[in-house]
Amino acid sequence: MTRNITLSLIVIVLFLPFSPLLLWSVADGWYFPQLIPDQWTLANWSAILTASTKVGEGFLQSLVIAALSTGLALLVGLPAGRALGLLDFPGKGAIKILLLLPIMVSPLATLMGIQFILIRLGLSGTMLGVVLVHLLPTIPYMTLVLSSVYANFDTGYEAQARTLGASPIQVLWQVTLPLIAPGVVVGALFAFLISWNEFLLTFFVGSGRVFTLPMVLFTSLQGGNTGVTAAIAITSILPALIFLLFSSQALSDDSAIGGLGDV
Amino acid sequence: MTVAQSSQAMGGRRLRQRVSGMPWQAYCLVLPAVSIIVILFGGGLILAFLQSVGLLGVTTDGTFSLNAYQQALSRREFWRSLGLSLYIALTATTLSTVLSIGLAMLLRGAGRWASFACQLTLPIPHLVGIAGILLLLSPSGLLARLLFALGLISSDQAFPLLVNDAANFGVIIHFLWKEIPFMTLILLAVLRGIRPEYGMQARALGASPWQCFWHVTLPLLRPGIVSASLLVFGFIFGSFEVPFLLGATAPKTLPILVYQAFTDVDLEQRAVAIALGLILSLISIVLIALYLWLGSGKPFRHGLSSRANGRPS
Repeated sequence: MTRNITLSLIVIVLFLPFSPLLLWSVADGWYFPQLIPDQWTLANWSAILTASTKVGEGFLQSLVIAALSTGLALLVGLPAGRALGLLDFPGKGAIKILLLLPIMVSPLATLMGIQFILIRLGLSGTMLGVVLVHLLPTIPYMTLVLSSVYANFDTGYEAQARTLGASPIQVLWQVTLPLIAPGVVVGALFAFLISWNEFLLTFFVGSGRVFTLPMVLFTSLQGGNTGVTAAIAITSILPALIFLLFSSQALSDDSAIGGLGDV
Repeated sequence: MTVAQSSQAMGGRRLRQRVSGMPWQAYCLVLPAVSIIVILFGGGLILAFLQSVGLLGVTTDGTFSLNAYQQALSRREFWRSLGLSLYIALTATTLSTVLSIGLAMLLRGAGRWASFACQLTLPIPHLVGIAGILLLLSPSGLLARLLFALGLISSDQAFPLLVNDAANFGVIIHFLWKEIPFMTLILLAVLRGIRPEYGMQARALGASPWQCFWHVTLPLLRPGIVSASLLVFGFIFGSFEVPFLLGATAPKTLPILVYQAFTDVDLEQRAVAIALGLILSLISIVLIALYLWLGSGKPFRHGLSSRANGRPS
């Protein structure tokens, strides 16, 4: 009983920062010391639908960048996760450390180095350039999650399918991938959200021309209208929540998340 | 650690398919991921280094020079920023680690609803958290209004400064809010993988709940704690937007110092910015190595399959 009360209190505290955001987004002039706004309005929400706030554009750019970097991370993370989760080989520890460096060490120096070459390749300030640097955090997280998914995968199913005459491609599509699908969903979810929420990397190589949703929010936070800022903030949570609810089942899959506990 | 080790050995034997004599297969599988990381991260570092020593760049004459490092290290600002960054990262990481262990223990026996609710802040962008905390904790924020309505403060002036404050409380509060759910998620997954029999046996042999936690659960949880706190420390130490928007205006954290030098109108400051960035990376690498060495749980040597330790399958 005390446990449930404690937990409820913790959950309430965790939700506290969202309450002023929700109120501000529909408040029409909300001055101290009013506890609740006097007047309500939907003006902030209709404001973010106009092109001048760049919210729509930012939403689309974020979506494309997150989808592309998740796809690419999945493509290289699946084989790497298999090797790290299932096989033993010399140098495995070193390879793991190498893959984890980008999420443990500050990316600032690397970003300034990459920016130098991106400018010369004409990729600075382009979405492709941003997708490339978003691979720095997405590949490590994806590989980590997938390697622990594979660590709990029984290769006996593959062996059996092979004995029954399936080709390696058939085994991959019809046996392996369906079996590890829940873990793959978790990995993809993580990667998507990391890219969607990423600010610093976009800020450094986007050169102010790639305007993802976090960039829009950052600009608005630095002197925009409070109500509009709150509406933008809530908008940037939406896909995360949809994804979370959609995959709450998958997120309770300990074998996938547990990979993060064994860096 | 003997209990943990033997359980890992068991898990390893059951689940790991050893492919002896064919390591090339494994190398081929990791090659794409490794090459991208090496090219992007390693290549970026090399290009950064070349620019910092004057061998590459817009304003350089192409001769080797350590001028940028000298300039970076001789700034008094640098040392104050380093101190501030370390203070924020160490305080926030230590507090989140201790609180996450507690929360994970609480959640272990609780229903799934609680675990799920406690993790809802996980996918929220840092910037949204920053916006929420600004509107909650600023002198005219929701909390101040609540205290005013309750008659506890007489005006917004009486509310303690919690954002953009000298002690960087706002920054630390934000990181606790954001990182505790992250660490708890990891620790909970590790906890659920620990066989309950160990605890039961300890209790049967007369251990108190506290002894059971301290001598059985905590050692088994240690690899998870080390990994999670490493990830969190590395992130906070290099974080930019949180101290930029929630922190004090002076002194600034190292990443903000780097950003300001990088965007300085004086292009010569770029080399200094990059030198600062490299120093920042070096410091975090040294601290991580030191932590791993001190903790000596040898987290990098546990095979990944040890994740599955003792979970009946």
